[in-house]
Amino acid sequence: MRYAMVIDTLKCVGCSDCVVACQTENNVPIGYCRDWITEVVNGAYPNVELELKSERCNHCDTAPCVRCCPTGASHIVDGGIVLVTGNDCIGCGACIESCPYDARFQHPDGYVDKCTFCHHRLKDGQLPACVSVCPTKCMYFGDLDNPNSEVSQLLKNRKHKTLAPEAGTNPHVFYLI
Amino acid sequence: MQEELFISGRNIPNIDPYLQVWHWPISVYLFVGGLAAGLLFFAAIVTVMGKADVYKAAVKNAVIIAPIALTLGLMALLYDLTHKIWFWKLYTTVRIESPMSWGAWVLMFVTPLSFLWVFSYYSDIFEKFEGKYKFLEKFKFLDTFEKFLIKNRLYMAYALIPLTIVLGIYTGILLSAFNARPLWNNAILGPLFLTSGLSTAAATIILFAKSKKEKHFFSKIDIYLIIIELGLITHMIMGFYAGSQVQLEAVQLLVGGDFTLMFFGFVVILGLIIPLIMEIAEYIGYKIPAAIPALLVIMGGLIFRFVMVEAGQLTRYLY
Repeated sequence: MRYAMVIDTLKCVGCSDCVVACQTENNVPIGYCRDWITEVVNGAYPNVELELKSERCNHCDTAPCVRCCPTGASHIVDGGIVLVTGNDCIGCGACIESCPYDARFQHPDGYVDKCTFCHHRLKDGQLPACVSVCPTKCMYFGDLDNPNSEVSQLLKNRKHKTLAPEAGTNPHVFYLI
Repeated sequence: MQEELFISGRNIPNIDPYLQVWHWPISVYLFVGGLAAGLLFFAAIVTVMGKADVYKAAVKNAVIIAPIALTLGLMALLYDLTHKIWFWKLYTTVRIESPMSWGAWVLMFVTPLSFLWVFSYYSDIFEKFEGKYKFLEKFKFLDTFEKFLIKNRLYMAYALIPLTIVLGIYTGILLSAFNARPLWNNAILGPLFLTSGLSTAAATIILFAKSKKEKHFFSKIDIYLIIIELGLITHMIMGFYAGSQVQLEAVQLLVGGDFTLMFFGFVVILGLIIPLIMEIAEYIGYKIPAAIPALLVIMGGLIFRFVMVEAGQLTRYLY
């Protein structure tokens, strides 16, 4: 079992529904977010390219946050999901500094917080909140180890990229381009 | 031309424009940690060499700074934690891959040793008080304990040499272990911070030294250390220029960027080159108060930690 998320940048319109859904589902404190939208504009008019995408923790295979954590609060669970145990976290910030995606933040309660791939929903067989609400259905979630899963098929047939692969983190959020 | 915009959640004040989670306490800690490591290192090495009678400030007077510095450093570290009540979790786990974990464990050994070391010189440093306060005589066990420590001073010195080197290097490795911050992510940072820590420690000993011979000896050591440090800084900058795009962009902060004045003006010129010239001049025989270059070196060391911690957090991977 290896969970992965695939996001179609050609279908994303940048509506931020995923962001709001996440904040609601996970009770994210006001002023913070676990996922966010970026808009990248390449070139100058009239030759302009625009790319919209929803970003979050990449649940890396070789997660630098897990390596740097001095207490083991950051850890990888079944399915390759990187989680933080709040009461093991001392709030030192090492994981925040180590993340090339700046996907972590310090919760007002002190511990470090980030995307969990909605681990609590997966247990009930539901999709992550962001995936379930996407109005253009540009987000896909599933098991990479299963060659017949939707995400495996998409990655097999479509051109895709990951973010900052040169950081050596082996991220598991893929972007169709 | 590439332009990146965050159009949602990320343009919120608590997270953007960049994640700066390490503030001044970290810089202060890196400085006092290196300083304490250097002071204890010199005290230990002088003791092992059997020169404790010659270099009195190194083994006695200046070392008083070490436990004070370590205590302040640990308080600064604790202050910067956001989940403070769980700090003890550091000592329920040993994680070899995490520099912060083994740094915490090294501090666990060095801090008590620094107190014991200073205590072993208690009656030497405070000889004025001897016999002055009658109530002190009630605490006879302290005398026995001190004698025990004096007997084992050499063993403490043997233990301190490797521990302080690890502590000194650790202050640099703590930063260099993060490949997400390209300015920190270079292997020279550990040796560089160690050298800088030793150099500030030598400068502190110069401030405390009373005999001319000791001042001279540690000036000479400081001269060597500053030259090594300048070499390592050159090496670091060259390493960035030979690096990847992210490192090229990172080094621009130091060379021709926001931190150029702080780095080259206050750290390299005022904190290294000018004290180097002054110390060499003094060594040759010109009359220069030894405290001036010493204070400049200490100030330069402190600013260097601030520059590296602040600038490092501005650098990131671009994608």
